[in-house]
Amino acid sequence: MVLVLLVCLPFLGSLAAIMLLRTDSRVLAARMAGAVTFLCLVLTAAVYPAVRAGGKLRLDIEWLPQFGLNFTLRMDGFAWLFAMLITGIGCLVVLYARYYMSEEDPVPRFFSFLLAFMGSMLGIVLSGNIILLSVFWELTSIFSFLLISYWHNNATARDGARMALTITGIGGFCLLAGLLVLGHIVGSYDLDVVLGAGDQIKAHPLYLTALVLILIGALTKSAQVPFHFWLPNAMAAPTPVSAYLHSATMVKAGVFLLVRFWPALSGTYEWFMLVGIAGTCTLLLGAYFAMFQQDLKGLLAYSTISHLGLITTLLSLGSPLAAVAAIFHMMNHATFKASLFMAAGIIDHETGTRDMRRLSGLYRYLPITGTLAMVASAAMAGVPLLNGFISKEMFFAEAVETHADSVLDRMLPYIATLAGAFSVVYSLRFIHTVFFGPPPLDLPKPKPHEPPHWMRFPVEFLVLACLVVGVIPSLSIGPFLHSAVVSVLGDRTPEYSLAVWHGINTPLIMSMIALAGGVLLYVLLKDYLARCDDGPPIFRHLAGQRIFERVLVTVSWKWARWMESRFGTRNLQPQLRLIAAAGLLAGVVPLYMAGFTPTPVAISGIDPIFAAIWCIGAFCALAAAYQAKYHRLAALVLLGGAGITTCITFVWLSAPDLAITQLVVEIVTTVLLLLGLRWLPKRYEKVDNSVTLAARGRRFRDFLLAVSCGFGMFLLSYAIMKQPVPDAIASYFLEKAYTEGGGRNVVNVILVDFRGFDTMGEIVVLAIVALTVFALLRRFRPAPDSIEKPEQQRIQAAYDDEQPERSAGDTVRDYLLVPSVIMQWMFPVIVTFAIYLFMRGHDLPGGGFAGGVTMAIAFLLQYLAGGVRWAEDRLRILPLRWMGFGLLVAPLTGMGAWLFGYPFLTSHSQYIDVPFIGKVPMASALMFDLGVFSLVVGATVLILIALAHQSIRTHRVRNLDATKAEEA
Amino acid sequence: MELVLAIGIGIMTGSGVWLLLRPRTYQVIIGLSLLSYAVNLFIFAVGGVKSNAAPVLGEGVDISTLTDPVPHALVLTAIVIGFATTALFLVVLLAARGLTGTDHVDGREQPK
Repeated sequence: MVLVLLVCLPFLGSLAAIMLLRTDSRVLAARMAGAVTFLCLVLTAAVYPAVRAGGKLRLDIEWLPQFGLNFTLRMDGFAWLFAMLITGIGCLVVLYARYYMSEEDPVPRFFSFLLAFMGSMLGIVLSGNIILLSVFWELTSIFSFLLISYWHNNATARDGARMALTITGIGGFCLLAGLLVLGHIVGSYDLDVVLGAGDQIKAHPLYLTALVLILIGALTKSAQVPFHFWLPNAMAAPTPVSAYLHSATMVKAGVFLLVRFWPALSGTYEWFMLVGIAGTCTLLLGAYFAMFQQDLKGLLAYSTISHLGLITTLLSLGSPLAAVAAIFHMMNHATFKASLFMAAGIIDHETGTRDMRRLSGLYRYLPITGTLAMVASAAMAGVPLLNGFISKEMFFAEAVETHADSVLDRMLPYIATLAGAFSVVYSLRFIHTVFFGPPPLDLPKPKPHEPPHWMRFPVEFLVLACLVVGVIPSLSIGPFLHSAVVSVLGDRTPEYSLAVWHGINTPLIMSMIALAGGVLLYVLLKDYLARCDDGPPIFRHLAGQRIFERVLVTVSWKWARWMESRFGTRNLQPQLRLIAAAGLLAGVVPLYMAGFTPTPVAISGIDPIFAAIWCIGAFCALAAAYQAKYHRLAALVLLGGAGITTCITFVWLSAPDLAITQLVVEIVTTVLLLLGLRWLPKRYEKVDNSVTLAARGRRFRDFLLAVSCGFGMFLLSYAIMKQPVPDAIASYFLEKAYTEGGGRNVVNVILVDFRGFDTMGEIVVLAIVALTVFALLRRFRPAPDSIEKPEQQRIQAAYDDEQPERSAGDTVRDYLLVPSVIMQWMFPVIVTFAIYLFMRGHDLPGGGFAGGVTMAIAFLLQYLAGGVRWAEDRLRILPLRWMGFGLLVAPLTGMGAWLFGYPFLTSHSQYIDVPFIGKVPMASALMFDLGVFSLVVGATVLILIALAHQSIRTHRVRNLDATKAEEA
Repeated sequence: MELVLAIGIGIMTGSGVWLLLRPRTYQVIIGLSLLSYAVNLFIFAVGGVKSNAAPVLGEGVDISTLTDPVPHALVLTAIVIGFATTALFLVVLLAARGLTGTDHVDGREQPK
């Protein structure tokens, strides 16, 4: 329970902080974040007894058990130590950020991201399922991206964030793949099972694959060579973020992972070589680069890279003692590096710059911060009596030991000493340049002074920790470290001693050489360093960042453009041609492969009337295709002919429901297209001699494609119709329709009952379409040449003007007078018919759809008969209400079933005696159908009226010539 | 009867595909409508075609003589959705014509 709380609290806090975004208070968000982190810290501390000496907390929540995926949280000693680190430093960082962030920054956003990051980090540490771990891993990448790009109007921050996300994102992807392979090898995604199956994993042929993928994940996250370059670029983040993510937590996730899987993966030659080479390179190069940085945070970043390299190197050795040293160094590094970052932040905050060429002699202004930074740097350099010294001694001791006899192993002591000397150089440089020497000259903020006490407090606290651990290690961190070590190593836990003094031995001599050599090197390099450009001498020009950017541009821009220009088109016709061709192939290829032979055509048994109807239908279709370009109205009439043929076919073939629906939909479609015709450009048929050969070729190709599609459909449908119909689900519906659905019209029962959920989705689609149409038409701007009144209206108006006894609009009113009177009188008849269709739908052909469209036609006819203005003066339809009612009633009816303990949309039916009408089937499905009916009425009317309205709207003339004239 | 219907479906498909590939938006909308008739009829035909069969359940009607209601339900839905997409496409084409000043499907006239 505590575990869930630990993981969820930060995310809840993050949500709460986002809610504060609109308040002006910058303290409130910080207080809340502080409270949440502190609570997490207390919770973590409180569960310590449970994890002491190899104990374990575990919580399983079933997620997708059939895939072996559970939401498992587990906490052992190691996870506990890390959780303490995350929450503890989290607390300090929140406190620090409270003073660091300036008035102008949106502080709640910062704390929200920070808390969410903390939650993800805790998630990684506490995951008991490796897939869950990968999920949290990705979350840390995302929140680190958001945190680095916190000052998003700064281009460096954006680029740094993008780079960090790209690199760690690729790593995260590899990690997921690796974990999947691992899960495949072990047969379970449970962390405990995976850890227990070390031998099985190492013997498996896929071991190397899993190892490489997981290592890519871990090494990218921990900024190991060659993936290290994102970390210095991420320094564009606010300093609290650097202190938290880039020293204490996120970059530690990589090495955390290595330790976590250390029992399962380590100890092989591959492990030693891969991890070892990456680790030693990073250790050395990071330290070397760090010496030549001019940016304070850059120096710290490279030093972090180097220290992470040290940890990785330790882990590569595969000896338990080295693993102890690695875990210990993780903790030590987090304490002194976080405090150094915060100190650098204070310097930046007070002086306005982080450039070491401009900083100098700050000790006189910042004595306390200076002293604290000195102690922390000494810990970083590995000076005795500080925590960095002890873990570095352990490292040296392990470096001297021979583990796997190889060149790398034999070189290790020298590499270690050299890196140690480098770290002395950069630590010394940090202190000497910034705090000693002449007073600074041109600082952006000329009068630096000590920060508020509470801003310095986190640094003080951490430095104190460095000291305490450095002086009395076994009394302070000893027991906690031990429980962590036991939880990782189990039976293999070695004898180790955290004592400060081991007597004069090889590691101590190495330390001394490193210290002395470092000081000497610094003295030699001092003058060069004070003047040189940013970055080490030769590598300055070989920036990983530049290579990265070039690759990025090449892949995501150049290649993408090339692909687009090669394979893409912005023209619709080629796309549709491809779709049609693909459709044809999709039909032909499988049939051909399956050995399809066209069914022989039998001429006999043709009903002459049916054939005659279809002659007309086919003629209509062909003629519509021929006329659609120049004679739109004719094409529309012909299309209607084809539609009527379809409708008659439905009647002929015993599908009255379809016939009714087709007929009414045909009517509204025709009216709809008619309304649209007015806004299309005039096109006159003329003999065009300029048609090129290429155009003719295209047309011929299209013609061939169309004929092949048509012929294919003919063969296919003929073959299908000649086949006996297999008894599929039809008989089920036919049998159950009356007994369970309470209706005789099986089609309707299927729509409103058996497949009611589909129908609900469908009416929602209809509603969305209607609203979209409405929205599109609200902003409708016709083309300039369609704005003036149509020719016929102009002639009528001119005629009215000429005749003195007529007023404007008389002719329109008299136009088709008799039909319009009939249409007006038909209104009640059609409405009654619509209700009749609707009511009988459950037992006889009809139903909500047909009834709804019929009702819409009733309204529509009034518009046609009297004109838009006339109809709207007399009839207020409010289609949106109809739609809303429908959308409410349909699901509510479905939910009604819940009241009786049945699943959603279960229907109930019985017959009710209605006076004068007789027995009426009253299924609850009828209520559902009422929803359908109402929505269809609303949607259809909305679409048509919105379009009809356009003709009486006064459109803003988009007179391009006028604007041009104004501009000129 | 099957032959006539199959030929009809074929012709409607052919006309529809031809119009679909034309450059004017109005041709495409007519083409889509024709194509949807053809497809509806095809789906309908998959359930087997029977003339003079009883459309609804009733006393003494043998279930095996009835037509397959599933394709009917499918097609009924398709007809209504077809209307909705036609309406949406019509409005989009009108808006595109208003914005671009042309009724070419690409929003600009193709260079000859």
